[in-house]
Amino acid sequence: MKRFLKVKGLIVLLFFLVLLLAACGSTDESSGNGENTDNGTEQTAEDTKPEETNSDTEEKESDDQSAEKLVIGFSQVGAESEWRTANTKSIQNAIKDAGHELKFSDAQQKQENQIKAIRSFITQKVDAIVFSPVVETGFETVLREAKDAGIPVFLVDRAVDVDDDSLWVTFLGSDFVEEGRKAGNWLVEEMADQEGPVNIVELQGTVGSAPAIDRKQGFEEIVSKEDKFEIIKSQTGDFTRAKGKEVMEAFLKSDGENIDVLYSHNYDMAIGAIQAIEEYGLKPGEDIKIIGVDAVRGAFEAMADGKMNVTIECNPLFGPQLVELIEKHAAGGEIEKRIAVEESMYTMDQAEELLPTRKY
Amino acid sequence: MLKGMMKTKLFWPIIVLILILVINLFFDRSFFSIELRNGHLTGSLIDILNRGAPLILISIGMTLVIATKGIDLSVGSIIAMSGAIGAMTVADTASEGSGPLWMAIGLSLIICLVVGGWNGLLVSRVGVQPIVATLILMVAGRGIAQLITGGQITTVYYEPYSFIGGGYLLTLPFSVFIVAFVFLMAVLLTRKTALGLFIESVGSNADASRLAGINSKNIMLMVYMFSGLCAGVAGLILSSNVMSADGNNAGLWFELDAILAVVIGGTSLMGGRFYLMGTVIGALIIQSLTTTIYSIGVPAETNLVVKALVVLVVCLLQSAEFRRKVFGIGKVKPTGEQKGREGVTLS
Repeated sequence: MKRFLKVKGLIVLLFFLVLLLAACGSTDESSGNGENTDNGTEQTAEDTKPEETNSDTEEKESDDQSAEKLVIGFSQVGAESEWRTANTKSIQNAIKDAGHELKFSDAQQKQENQIKAIRSFITQKVDAIVFSPVVETGFETVLREAKDAGIPVFLVDRAVDVDDDSLWVTFLGSDFVEEGRKAGNWLVEEMADQEGPVNIVELQGTVGSAPAIDRKQGFEEIVSKEDKFEIIKSQTGDFTRAKGKEVMEAFLKSDGENIDVLYSHNYDMAIGAIQAIEEYGLKPGEDIKIIGVDAVRGAFEAMADGKMNVTIECNPLFGPQLVELIEKHAAGGEIEKRIAVEESMYTMDQAEELLPTRKY
Repeated sequence: MLKGMMKTKLFWPIIVLILILVINLFFDRSFFSIELRNGHLTGSLIDILNRGAPLILISIGMTLVIATKGIDLSVGSIIAMSGAIGAMTVADTASEGSGPLWMAIGLSLIICLVVGGWNGLLVSRVGVQPIVATLILMVAGRGIAQLITGGQITTVYYEPYSFIGGGYLLTLPFSVFIVAFVFLMAVLLTRKTALGLFIESVGSNADASRLAGINSKNIMLMVYMFSGLCAGVAGLILSSNVMSADGNNAGLWFELDAILAVVIGGTSLMGGRFYLMGTVIGALIIQSLTTTIYSIGVPAETNLVVKALVVLVVCLLQSAEFRRKVFGIGKVKPTGEQKGREGVTLS
């Protein structure tokens, strides 16, 4: 009996170990926990070592060349959506294509990883730091360190909440308010010869997030100018498909046929809402006009199917624009503190022909 | 008669549920109307049942875990995993046959049983505290789900997959039948066999139960596996409903809603007692509250405050002490009430 227990205990222990190892393996790869940035820094550290030794010997001869070739550190938020992946690829490719050296670090949605990555960029004496902050606050110290080291910082896509704006060169990102205005303008034009009232329901993004606040504000700014438009319901769908569907279902039950227009702050919520509208027995795109933000590939598919009327582009492919700015700064050019990404708007009629050209 | 009703654990939750539903009437006259559209029953009440299905499922699993004085924080992550596995299995399927569907269901449920068993082993055999043991999987599980989906939201174009969460049977959403089936199985197994008694006994005193001849370790292992299975089914429903796999957001914070549903239903976190029907009502309260917030047009920023206030009211109403002090009703002797709450009847 005792022996049996021992054996049983051992088996349990073994099982425990196997599972533990399995669990560890997966966390390493998936949620990262800073391990990844550690790898990243190690990797980049290795990269720099030969470089340093090289620079001792080659410094003189490569001096004229180094004015051209910049070392750029890029700290991305993490892979969270197709949009983000497209954004990462665009920046990475643009930097490499321009012949610069890229040091990439994925923060896996964790601020501490990002701070670590920026510190390691500073110690490696890169020529420029590009980063999309995970959160708005808490970057003051590390940005100051970068400034003291004389390294220019370029914010992309997301801003930081720091009073001293000399800590970064420029903030290149989408102007969410403008996106909201574009959505509003399209609606005003589309409904120009229609007698009111036009009832609008709005699916907001995550409460408190910049795109949600700004897209709402920009849209309201335009729509509130005319009396015939009325936003009858506005609720958060957390930027997710499931919530978008659930909220739209509730809207349909309470207001049903009265809803004329749906304005969704992103594509995923719009897709969820389209499913809800179809299940309710109405035709998305006809009975209810649908305006979405984020011109992702899926949005074009939905528009080609006639289920969505218009999508406002939130362009992630600003890598080339960014590299241009970095080069301009390195050459001593003046740069504005806030630069908006070039973006446009696509309607249903354009969807079919543009669909094959969409990269994300 | 009324007094007898008020003594049951279910009385106050039911009152709150009815109150929430009635409040809707003031804002929307057609709230209770149910009509037949395209051969499906539609209406807000059906929506609440349909949307509440995943929450009810995981709450049922959670009830049994909590009855053994445990807790399962990993259900939200298991939902994400199960949804991811299910959706990714059929993501590239072009055929219309039901083969891949069964494979997706089988694969995700087996994995969920395994991870539930992992929780159970940690708690029952290794002796890790339940909150810590399940925390491991809560963190790792979402990571695994993100790994499976590659961190992306993948859309499924395989039509049969939508039946689990979006299909209809006899004019009712199919998910309602799944919930009814799981609920009935749980009730039959726990109330018509000695299993329920064993679970309560382990929850009140695991050592004493072991000495009395109950295999408490296996009982614990079993409830965690059951909880994992429930979460797995819920994950399939959620992912099939929107036809996509979302490792980042699917089932996020569901574990907290489930624990809340269990507590609203009258099950004590101290273990030793459980009320499956109460849990179902608790979950329905949470879901009707959510649907109400959406349909009466509460500003998005105040959602959580409204929710918190209602939950506070429910919890206060559940407390006999509070009722006695404020309303002077339900004048049960405090000692008797106390005994009823803590004590466990093995008779």
